[in-house]
Amino acid sequence: MISTTAIVAGGLVLGSGTFAYRAAGPVLQSRVRVSLPVQQLMSTAATVLLLALCVTSALADGQEWSDPARPAGVLVAGLLAWRRAPFVVIVLAAAATAAGLRLIGV
Amino acid sequence: MRARWSSLTGPLDTSDLRDILLINVAVGIVGISYGAITVGEGFAWWVPNFMSVVVLGGASQFLFTGVVGAGGSVVAAVLAGLLVNARHLPFGFALADTVRGRPLLGSYLMIDEVVAFALAQRDPARRRAAFFVCGIGLWLFWSLGSLIGAVLGQTVTDTDAFGLDAAFPAVLLALIMPALRDAATRNVALVGSVLALFAVPYAPSGVAVLCALPALLLWRHRPGAPEPEEVDVS
Repeated sequence: MISTTAIVAGGLVLGSGTFAYRAAGPVLQSRVRVSLPVQQLMSTAATVLLLALCVTSALADGQEWSDPARPAGVLVAGLLAWRRAPFVVIVLAAAATAAGLRLIGV
Repeated sequence: MRARWSSLTGPLDTSDLRDILLINVAVGIVGISYGAITVGEGFAWWVPNFMSVVVLGGASQFLFTGVVGAGGSVVAAVLAGLLVNARHLPFGFALADTVRGRPLLGSYLMIDEVVAFALAQRDPARRRAAFFVCGIGLWLFWSLGSLIGAVLGQTVTDTDAFGLDAAFPAVLLALIMPALRDAATRNVALVGSVLALFAVPYAPSGVAVLCALPALLLWRHRPGAPEPEEVDVS
């Protein structure tokens, strides 16, 4: 296994880099005025990335496709969210759908 | 302390706090499986908790474990993690106003679920309260969850049997639904997700998400475009 020093150093570099990504916006914002179109573009970019994260984690584990139960659960969640169901119902229905389908062997 | 906490949660009502608790519990369970998997790959018991505190980014932490666990170098694992976390750059610009009072703490807490929950709130004061309450809660649940998972190790049962793997994407979907009701945003996001899916077989875990970004070329600034409606999470 890799040494403790390497793990700690790797964690600190990854953590610092991640913090730098997250802090760039807030730090630059206080120095230069970010225009409204750019802010709107960044909001849209956040939504695009979060939906892509949702869809890829619903359908795949790394480079492998997932079983059908998980995307089925997420699909149910999407329909409920579109119909403005309460948040708790959406999340529990997704888990229950996936678990139920696996129970009957899908 | 109590007074400061209530001044922080001020604009949030009971149903908001209940939703935040639900998100926190879901993330805590993912944290437990992260801790168990990482220790199962041969890492020391403190590594998951250490990574959760210094990185605070689930996808990149799983990737780090996966690359090093498969015999890759720490340098490769860090580079892969930084590539995955590049998606946080636009998050910071989108939430710059929200974290203006505490930019350093706010930047540290910019976790996917926190970003999505905050962006679903339209009113600036509510958005700020939602961001910090959800963020501090997630920090606690994610770091404690990964510690508990590391200590329990292999005794953690298969969480997929309870459908919890479907709960994580469902949380994200429910949180971004208000933004998706805007047809222009939805179209760009759907094209992006299709691009990301095409990249899944070729890109390392998590990197496929970044392949959604070229869809932003379809985006056009609309002066006076309506703000997304408030999420109804009662």
